[in-house]
Amino acid sequence: MSGNMNINLKVWRQKNGKSQGKLVDYKVEGVSPDMSFLEMFDVLNDRLVSEGKDEPIAFDHDCREGICGMCSMYINGRPHGPNQGVTTCQLHMRSFKDGDTIVVEPWRAAAFPVIKDLAVNRSAFDRIIASGGFISVNTGNAQDANSLPIAKDNADEAFAAAACIGCGACVAACKNSSAMLFVSAKVSQLALLPQGDPERNTRVLNMVAQMDTEGFGACTNTGACSAECPKEISLTNIARLNREYFAAQLGSDRS
Amino acid sequence: MLDSKIPQGPIESKWTKYKSTVPLVNPANKRSLEIIVVGTGLAGASAAATLAELGYKVKSFCFQDSPRRAHSIAAQGGINAAKNYQNDGDSVYRLFYDTIKGGDYRAREANVHRLAEVSGNIIDQSVASGVPFAREYGGLLSNRSFGGTQVQRTFYAAGQTGQQLLLGAYSGLQRQVGLGNVRLYSRHEMLDVVNIDGKCRGIIARDLVSGKLERHFGHAVLLCTGGYGNVFFLSTNAMGSNVTAAWKAHKKGAFFGNPCYTQIHPTCIPVSGDHQSKLTLMSESLRNDGRIWVPKRKEDAAAIREGKLNPNDLKEEDRDYYLERRYPAFGNLVPRDVASRAAKERCDAGFGVNKTGEAVYLDFAFNMKYKYGKQVATLKHITDPTEEQLTAFGHEVIKEKYGNLFDMYKQITGVDPYKNPMMIYPAVHYTMGGLWVDYNLMTTVPGLYALGEANFSDHGANRLGASALMQGLADGYFVIPYTIGAYLANEISVKPISTDHEAFVKAENEVSDRLNKLLAIKGTKPVDYFHKRLGKIMWDKCGMARNVEGLTWAISEIQKIREEFWKDVRVPGDANEFNPELEKAGRVADFIELGELMCKDALERNESCGGHFREDYQTEEGEALRDDENFKHVAAWQFNEVGNWTLNKEDLVYENIKIAQRSYK
Amino acid sequence: MNWITKMFSSSLGQKLIMALTGLFLCSFLIIHMVGNLQLFKHDAGLAFNKYAVFMTTNPLIKTTSYLLYAAILFHAFKGIALVFQNKKARPVKYQAFDGKANSHWSSRNMGVLGTIILVFVVVHMSNFWAEYKFGHVPYTRYTENIQTGEIQSDYMPADFTMNSKMEEQSEGLMKVTIVKDLFRSVELGFKELWLVALYIIAMAALSFHLYHGFKSAFQTMGLNHKKYNGAINFIGIGVFAILIPIGFAAMPLYFFIK
Repeated sequence: MSGNMNINLKVWRQKNGKSQGKLVDYKVEGVSPDMSFLEMFDVLNDRLVSEGKDEPIAFDHDCREGICGMCSMYINGRPHGPNQGVTTCQLHMRSFKDGDTIVVEPWRAAAFPVIKDLAVNRSAFDRIIASGGFISVNTGNAQDANSLPIAKDNADEAFAAAACIGCGACVAACKNSSAMLFVSAKVSQLALLPQGDPERNTRVLNMVAQMDTEGFGACTNTGACSAECPKEISLTNIARLNREYFAAQLGSDRS
Repeated sequence: MLDSKIPQGPIESKWTKYKSTVPLVNPANKRSLEIIVVGTGLAGASAAATLAELGYKVKSFCFQDSPRRAHSIAAQGGINAAKNYQNDGDSVYRLFYDTIKGGDYRAREANVHRLAEVSGNIIDQSVASGVPFAREYGGLLSNRSFGGTQVQRTFYAAGQTGQQLLLGAYSGLQRQVGLGNVRLYSRHEMLDVVNIDGKCRGIIARDLVSGKLERHFGHAVLLCTGGYGNVFFLSTNAMGSNVTAAWKAHKKGAFFGNPCYTQIHPTCIPVSGDHQSKLTLMSESLRNDGRIWVPKRKEDAAAIREGKLNPNDLKEEDRDYYLERRYPAFGNLVPRDVASRAAKERCDAGFGVNKTGEAVYLDFAFNMKYKYGKQVATLKHITDPTEEQLTAFGHEVIKEKYGNLFDMYKQITGVDPYKNPMMIYPAVHYTMGGLWVDYNLMTTVPGLYALGEANFSDHGANRLGASALMQGLADGYFVIPYTIGAYLANEISVKPISTDHEAFVKAENEVSDRLNKLLAIKGTKPVDYFHKRLGKIMWDKCGMARNVEGLTWAISEIQKIREEFWKDVRVPGDANEFNPELEKAGRVADFIELGELMCKDALERNESCGGHFREDYQTEEGEALRDDENFKHVAAWQFNEVGNWTLNKEDLVYENIKIAQRSYK
Repeated sequence: MNWITKMFSSSLGQKLIMALTGLFLCSFLIIHMVGNLQLFKHDAGLAFNKYAVFMTTNPLIKTTSYLLYAAILFHAFKGIALVFQNKKARPVKYQAFDGKANSHWSSRNMGVLGTIILVFVVVHMSNFWAEYKFGHVPYTRYTENIQTGEIQSDYMPADFTMNSKMEEQSEGLMKVTIVKDLFRSVELGFKELWLVALYIIAMAALSFHLYHGFKSAFQTMGLNHKKYNGAINFIGIGVFAILIPIGFAAMPLYFFIK
């Protein structure tokens, strides 16, 4: 063991989507402050496998550098834990104290059903993108990249929205399990760019319709989504989504 | 001798002529042709989307919960393209030349030239699909420079270029999913390919949620499954990145090309302890403004390691900017293999600066103050700025350029890189080796293709920065849509084969047997135990520096690990459920087999080139010593049985570039 | 579905209903506040009672008031429906939930706050509005000296009634006004401790409700702009979360203490 912190974990264990789950206590000893939160889970899982009493804890993770959006732990009442602008995989144990008790749960939303333990199904996000989060340009159709100047401010703002990693922390944080921040980030990115203009009405109408179909809640502008977003996507995107949506409903031929 | 099917004619017109003469499949027939694409990174997503746009029926597979999470997403620095927007003398030929030279003359000319030709189209396509690249105030695209080149041809989106490009390709893919042209299978892992009458006709995939095995038919199968850097356990790859798809294909007849070519990236965050699960890259773009150094004197290095000396207090003349010293022409922007070896050389000589002695400094203080600070001061009409003002001004510029990387560094290490120099050390990053493919990107199994990092690729023995994204998207957007026609034009009469065909049944049974075998061992050690052991051997003996003795030892050691693994691994749970440990076990079993082949290939290649550095083949100054007479070839390994391969060679012919010793001095 | 129903049944459209009705109710609060300030006038309630007559007889105001009732009902029932709908989006609750870490308490409790306000509105309207309209509010006769401004008030007998709510006559320097005396109901009502308490609690709820609600309405309508957010916040907090609730709370307190 490489450190001297002792951590008490309460982890949500659930066999599969059909069964009931509950919090189970684990004690992890010898935790190093330089460990990432997920590495602490690795240590615990190695122990669980070696002991052979309990199955290791299933959790989603992949890149472990804060960009793939796969890791998704709800830690002590907050998605991705206590730090701002950080995914679970970039959360390090130095953010906790020796002897701390940490409650770890999966994202909770009707639209994100639990698969096992801490892993949930977020394919609703993929379906929302499939409903309109794109520019319909077939490969080979593009004109020269510099033939379309884009104001730096707009490009930067589009980029800031496009930085969304689709982790779902916004949904997890929102008391209504609303997906507005996720949807608004994509709508904003493409609304801010001239390339996105031709489809702006159908895009926003279809994406909102899909979002509602998936069973996400409505937005009450609590701002929890943005506060917990590891990429700090701004709430102005939600306002833009609202604008885009009503403009499309009221001002275009589409509905 | 392998036939790479390179078209005849002068290099400038090979691809153009090929495109105009390759057989076509008419739209009606495309609708009845099914293509399986495994992997949804840049290569996979762009290929699946483009093929679906053309009218083929596509099935797309990824092991992650969403195609958007493929590890291309983590690429930071940028993507190269010969646009010459900066008017600094770039051209298709120069990109071609730089790539061949950067690859230490071990790449195939025709492929690389094609790559350079389509590089511009990639930028066009990406911009059209909404990728928010960095721009100048005039609204036009911005460029920066990268290692191994003397022009500015790298397009970027802050430090998240891979993410933006992947999301662009992903949105194209999702559009086709929405249109019903692509069927998406996320949380599915390919566990075997199915060959019928000598042609690849499908795959066996495991639904990772239910654990059920599925059979899928395709007229052609595309493996876009990335590289195998995780054979080292610690690498900058994602935790799930694996060789399994490529390895299964290899075992079913696809040759494996140049497995020993591994790229060690010079700028990664050093290892902090034995709990470490992965390594994090700090983009190469940082070398534009960061200067790499270690102390000149060993005493100072020792004092720093013990925490008695603050590096900021070390005087300028006591620092050794070893890259600037050794390679004045390219300085801190030498190619990755060169920079990595130089760091290792200094650390091995006792100049390392962290506790483990395996780290060097990447220092921004100088450029923050004197390059950017002065610029801003001039803009603000401050003629006589103080040192503090310069630092503050430069801080803002550095923050805008690299903010997210600096944040990430601080998050991981707990040290503020604006105030202290970053510590970096080389780490495994990319694998140039992969499935051998011909000019059409087809492996040695007809109908089975490999794209992106999964193939042995266009990068020769070393890849230049910002070229991986270029290659992935080139293969997917602009190459495979043409070259696959050459094969499928002859397949239009083939009706979909029932997945009840005996070949499917047999393949599924084999997969199922293997899974059950893993579960039945019920040994004492978790999968990671074996993976870490394998990784350590690979890093020590088949990493940045290799020699005969070490490689020979490694081979026998890996064989022992393999035996032990199959006797003593403990995989909990069962096959018919979501079981990440079981997934990992299967992948590590393949890594162990691959590791042996990598060492074998490294042992066979009696020269140093690019990422393959053999200590017994170096110049007096410690530079890589190539042997063009005997090793100017691709080593393509044919699988006979576990631990037993036959070596095939593809001769590399250079008609357009004069081979020279690579020099960045 | 036609586009209007489609729009208003979407999650965004439902929020738009909340925003529009909410802001409409906010505008009413200002008018109500300004009118009610006449309670503090030292004229034995004459101005206030006249204002009450005006508010209940002017055709334009009457029409608007029906709109207002509709808005209250719409806002309340849509709000309650949304709360339940949103709850459905998270069928399994978190065991540990740290809402305060990422959002303001009021923003998470709009439903509760709104319900308190709704209860208040019901009590308030049955106490005064319904009483005034359908119940028996006694009359008072005011005799006003136009020159000195001196006002003398006399309660009419409890069984006194007339066809209109107010009659005015001038006799020389004296102006006589007989009017339904809502002021007296207010005065009497606010001697009840429980009622005063309810009003104060309700106004606290209103404060928190508007602290979030006002700016939230603009966000919902898509109006979020760094140049104007300052003004929206200033009005939302300064006027609607502080001034208005304090002003309204001062009224029962004033009469309770007086």
